[in-house]
Amino acid sequence: MRDTSAQSAAYRRETSEKVALLKHAPPEGFLRKYVFSLDHKVIGKQYLDLALAAVVTGMVLSWLMRFHLAFPNAAVPGLGKLAPNAAAGGIMTPELYLSLMTMHGTLMVFFVLTTAPFAGFGNFVLPIQVGAEDMAFPRFNMMSFWVTFLAFMVLIAAFFVPEGPPLSGWTAYAPLSALGKDAGPGQGTGQTLWAVSIALFCVGQLLGALNFIATTLDLRTKGMTLSRMPFSTWAWFITSVIGLIAFSVLLPACVLLLLDRLAGTSFFIPAGLVVSDKLQPHAGGSPLLWQHLFWFFGHPEVYIAILPGFGIISHILPVFARKPLLGPKVFLACLIAIAFLSYTVWGHHMFLSGMNPLSATLFSVPTLIITIPATIVTLLWIGTLYGARLRFTTAACSVLDSYRCS
Amino acid sequence: MGKLFAVIVAVITVISATIFMTRIWWLPTDISVLGVGIDRQMSETMISAGVLFVVSQLVLALFVWQYGDRGDGRPIKIFPGGAAPMVLFATILVGAEIVVLSLVGTKVWAGIFLSAPDPKALRIDVQAEQFAFYFRYPGRDGKFGTLHPDLIDDGNNNFFGLDPANDTTARDDIVSASLAIPVNQPILLTLHAKDVGHAFYVPELRIQQDFVPGLVIPLHFTATKVVKKEIVCTQLCGLGHYNMRAYMEVMPENQFVQWMEDQAAQQ
Repeated sequence: MRDTSAQSAAYRRETSEKVALLKHAPPEGFLRKYVFSLDHKVIGKQYLDLALAAVVTGMVLSWLMRFHLAFPNAAVPGLGKLAPNAAAGGIMTPELYLSLMTMHGTLMVFFVLTTAPFAGFGNFVLPIQVGAEDMAFPRFNMMSFWVTFLAFMVLIAAFFVPEGPPLSGWTAYAPLSALGKDAGPGQGTGQTLWAVSIALFCVGQLLGALNFIATTLDLRTKGMTLSRMPFSTWAWFITSVIGLIAFSVLLPACVLLLLDRLAGTSFFIPAGLVVSDKLQPHAGGSPLLWQHLFWFFGHPEVYIAILPGFGIISHILPVFARKPLLGPKVFLACLIAIAFLSYTVWGHHMFLSGMNPLSATLFSVPTLIITIPATIVTLLWIGTLYGARLRFTTAACSVLDSYRCS
Repeated sequence: MGKLFAVIVAVITVISATIFMTRIWWLPTDISVLGVGIDRQMSETMISAGVLFVVSQLVLALFVWQYGDRGDGRPIKIFPGGAAPMVLFATILVGAEIVVLSLVGTKVWAGIFLSAPDPKALRIDVQAEQFAFYFRYPGRDGKFGTLHPDLIDDGNNNFFGLDPANDTTARDDIVSASLAIPVNQPILLTLHAKDVGHAFYVPELRIQQDFVPGLVIPLHFTATKVVKKEIVCTQLCGLGHYNMRAYMEVMPENQFVQWMEDQAAQQ
């Protein structure tokens, strides 16, 4: 029977106004449909394709590293032609190994672990799960993908500059990353391209995070209160809040790094350094500042990588266990606790960095406390299995194995 | 399928726990006074985490074994008590583990990093650079000369940038590429970096400390055995990082005195 009450008519009018604002006309032409698309599903698939390209590239780099570790003096067939300076005769030099390690880490952490679970799957699935037509800001969404893609291209470009990619690791500690080409091969243009790439990546992810938050808060269908949202939606929402704060810190950090490298500033470089027999013309900076900024981003980053996974497996297993997740409200409270605590623990990446050792004690406390909500989450999963009637499909086995690993 | 999964989980759990319990790949022998506390903290952490690991993995395996669908249409059951036992278990047991490990660990950490060094400790200045460590002893006057980065000249063996011509305290500073120390005596190292970040790590001493350009960082310890061990750099510092090491020789007192006299004669 049609509901014709005045209240629901007002709701229908309001919703159709919102929808009219949202609705973008069906795309025409190949470019609009598959390349510069505003549709969240296309953008999600584009992110997944980008992550696939990144993971394959990163995997090849890891093969090269493993080959060198296994056979340090052997020539890699073809490598001498690809990298005549860095691998003359196919034998890897130390600087090439470190460059491979740096690029492997950067590709995997940024372009795979942040892109695929959050932007890739999230863009595709979240609007469908909340009953929205598309993300809140489809043009921002398209822009965020293409900015991320540009970041990927800039990073890959570092392989093709004469001195090669940077060798300071994915963490790019200063002053090795800030001093410029005196500090080592690849630390010239290669490191600058790295910093530009990561800064662009931050912009792309910030746009994406804004989109997720606005969509989750504003575009839920009628009757879907926050407590009725699927777990994966919650996980993406919490991840985007974490990402908004984390990437907002990494972006200025990369800008400061670029200023140190290109504009002669000294945010991260103290006075009196002698590199390659040259006294460096910098003064007043602190290498620890880079570490603090980087790890303030870096720890929440690993939660950005894992929380969508928590949400997805909490969503999938109840289907194959034929029963709901044990303690749904407790689960959500734990996710929020983990997200909050993730901002208090960054110093555990810096225990021996030279910061005050008392800070190490202070950072240890939330580091240990964060294990409590994480343990509760794992126990809730295992408790969900109790009394279930598990069907062991591929999806179910994959989820059960992730319980084992966590 | 479920039973196979459960068996695999149980097997992986047993194998990995056994590897740790039998200590196939374990820490090298400790040769420092404070290392005992570190080793005990390590063991206690591994044991408490290990017990929880084995229990939770075997419970997972048990549930997967027992609760596969056998097509018998049995009723679905909820875990008795719901989520409350999980919250209680995690908060109480993991919480207790956290409190104990923190209390013990803080004392160990403070003993190494927050306590003042022995006033009579032998002071040695350490400089890390791409890609070597250099060690400086204060010499007979007991004072270190001032460092001048602009005077650093590796080609002429002036690694530290000393100015012996104008600085009397620098004239008797002893510079060495290896760290020689007397056994059972407190040592105070002051770490500084010439160019980028490095680190000082001797696994057998159970101490590690990053060098931070711009900072002078103290590190004190006492070695308890006469040995020669490697000091390795553990902070990525450039292309030579993989090879950046020095040797630490712990010597009997009289041999150390002789070594110092030989070094002083060579400077």
